[in-house]
Amino acid sequence: MGHLNKLRARFTRHYKDKFNRGRIVVGLGTCGFAAGGDQVLEAIRQETGIRNLDVDIDFTSCIGMCYKEPMVEISLPGMARVIYGDMTPDKVPALLESHIINKHLLKEWAVMQITEEGATLYENIVKMEDNPFFSKQLRTVTSRLGRTNPESISDYVATGGYLALDTALSMQRQDIIEEIKKSGLRGRGGGGFPTGMKWDFVSQAEGAKKYVVCNADEGDPGAFMDRSVLEGDPHAVLEGMAICGYAVGADEGYIYVRAEYPLAIKRLQTAIVRAEEYGLLGKNILGRGFNFKLMIKAGAGAFVCGEETALLTSIEGNRGMPRVRPPFPANRGLWGKPTNLNNVETYANVPFVINRGSDWYASMGTKKSKGSKVFCLTGKINNTGLIEVPMGISLREIIFSIGGGVQNGKKLKAVQIGGPSGGCICEEDLDLPVDYDSLSAAGAMMGSGGLVVLDETTCMVDIARFFLSFTQTESCGKCTPCREGTKRMLEILTRICSGAGKMEDLADLERLGRVMKNTALCGLGQTCANPILSTMRYFKEEYLAHIQDLFCPAGACRALLIYQIDTANCKGCGKCAKICPAGAIRGEKNTPHVIDLEKCIKCGACLTECSFEAIKNDAALSWNKRPNTRRSA
Amino acid sequence: MKSCHCGQNSPAQYQELLKVIDRYRHMKGSLIPLLQEAQEIFGYLPGDVMKKISTELKVPFSKTYGAATFYAQFHLQPRGRHVIRVCQGTACHVRGGAKILDAASEQLGIAENGTTEDLRYTLETVACLGACGQGPVLMVNNDTHGRLAAKDVPKILDKYK
Repeated sequence: MGHLNKLRARFTRHYKDKFNRGRIVVGLGTCGFAAGGDQVLEAIRQETGIRNLDVDIDFTSCIGMCYKEPMVEISLPGMARVIYGDMTPDKVPALLESHIINKHLLKEWAVMQITEEGATLYENIVKMEDNPFFSKQLRTVTSRLGRTNPESISDYVATGGYLALDTALSMQRQDIIEEIKKSGLRGRGGGGFPTGMKWDFVSQAEGAKKYVVCNADEGDPGAFMDRSVLEGDPHAVLEGMAICGYAVGADEGYIYVRAEYPLAIKRLQTAIVRAEEYGLLGKNILGRGFNFKLMIKAGAGAFVCGEETALLTSIEGNRGMPRVRPPFPANRGLWGKPTNLNNVETYANVPFVINRGSDWYASMGTKKSKGSKVFCLTGKINNTGLIEVPMGISLREIIFSIGGGVQNGKKLKAVQIGGPSGGCICEEDLDLPVDYDSLSAAGAMMGSGGLVVLDETTCMVDIARFFLSFTQTESCGKCTPCREGTKRMLEILTRICSGAGKMEDLADLERLGRVMKNTALCGLGQTCANPILSTMRYFKEEYLAHIQDLFCPAGACRALLIYQIDTANCKGCGKCAKICPAGAIRGEKNTPHVIDLEKCIKCGACLTECSFEAIKNDAALSWNKRPNTRRSA
Repeated sequence: MKSCHCGQNSPAQYQELLKVIDRYRHMKGSLIPLLQEAQEIFGYLPGDVMKKISTELKVPFSKTYGAATFYAQFHLQPRGRHVIRVCQGTACHVRGGAKILDAASEQLGIAENGTTEDLRYTLETVACLGACGQGPVLMVNNDTHGRLAAKDVPKILDKYK
């Protein structure tokens, strides 16, 4: 215990000292950068220089409120930490003047305050735990996000970091595995396989050389949980992997990260170097005789590498194609050796399970899905961001309480969950508890945790086509069902979206989907029909409208749109006729114009050009005034 | 601009390559990281570079070529100094990612996967950049730009000379 205790004492002092001085902290995850957080940081540096302010400037990762980025936290000695949102460089002088110089909270821009031990609270500003975005969350894996400096090992250790590794190294290997089993932790990458059981297989597999691998190849479009955790708390992942290495008897590990996440790679590299410096990774960890070396492999851009066997093949330096299982990686994995493979979030959960005990962990969640789960709320929702909720919470609570409902007051149509392998949950099923089994039963899946909210302007056929075009591009081509099946299904969906669908297409889609589920080599092919099957299950009407009525109810499929001019609004200015590339608009000056539907190529140029909102393409109008195109079924 | 040698790679680049090869020669699974570093040096993977790597690592050229053509990250043609990647992920898709791509494509006069003649820009799409909260998003080199509208695109691209 000696080594870590000393470090802890020192780092905790550092950490507490930070709050004895005025501090300004900028949120710099990838999302913070995307919103211009680095410019805000630069403005803060300049302004504090000009005014000669005696404050520390630091950065943190993403607290999860992407919709409020860039975010800035200001704390004064003895006072609560205040988070400001929607910051821009122009706002910086006023902010510093008010909060730092006049010690006066700037209420209009403040989002919430975070209480620290012994700190005085501000009046009239909500506490983080009472903010509707956070009040229903249960933050474990994400507890450090937005609160500590992710590149500082000192912050990590001061907030309880590496304590679990220290505890684990004094435990029997099998006891650790039992503890993980009892916690009920299941793989967070999508499959939901019990983590303890997997560790047990690897531990019992024969062979002196074993590997621990972390799957950080987060490829699902619409998901960024792993990126946020890697950028915000990289040491937790390293610690979880080291504990796993000790438990299963491995002394080497790899983290396979997407090349599209340069910031995550950089922060992981920093974390590994620091941990090695302090004897928390590498040789003779904490003086206990356990060696564990970690390496980073940057992916090279292939979604299929998220599949475990493909990922391992890719680390070995080959084309990342999956292979038949069994043998499973637990028996024959990396370079033929027993390998434990979990995803980022799973490893990041491990230190918490060890620190707080399996009983605590198992007390959260539902009967078969324990603990909490990180989700990414995106799409047409007011509060986009990263959230962590207890398993079993309803989708309705996630979307309406935490997410603040649908953007622009539109009606919710469905929630896409689980990415290209998942499906859609429609409005009526929103009260389903979010856990592995309920979601599978509803035709979706937990996946890695992307939640994309779709509103009435989203076309469900188009969404199915979107996912298929993704899986078709990413299909590695090794097995015939996937290589050919994705192509055929995409052709059919494209046909339907462009108004050339046939009734037989629906049966063909269902049959192709079923065949692929049963015959494709890996998860990519087996699940890629889910987005089609689930939209067909809940939104059959929309498919029928596209095929029989040549009509897209959501008004999203370009080929099926009908542009018309609202004579009441049209002033006859002629701008639309001038811009129309097809010469489809005619009319006398100062009298309402008309679009020739035969000539219209549906480019939408007139819609953007018109200053009087006279051009309509909305579904209702086209539905009512559409030419008689219904064909017999 | 001095960086353009019309497809001719400089001896200094080959020197650099040899150093990198030496570093990876005895490492397991080194082919992909080696290709990644070679691409860093040359900006893309010329045929003779891939051949050199194969010879030095003693792997068949078919394997090197196979890996280079499997992964989206590798390019066998010269690329622009600035690589623009427009996100076409789900979240960006429902928030108008396609319009951002159109705007970039129109401004540069190149289609997806195209490179401008002066080798200034290459335009690509990416399945997801993981900045969904800021969608629609595009990335130029390693900088991420979010919450875009089509009209913001020219301003951003102009910054990269």
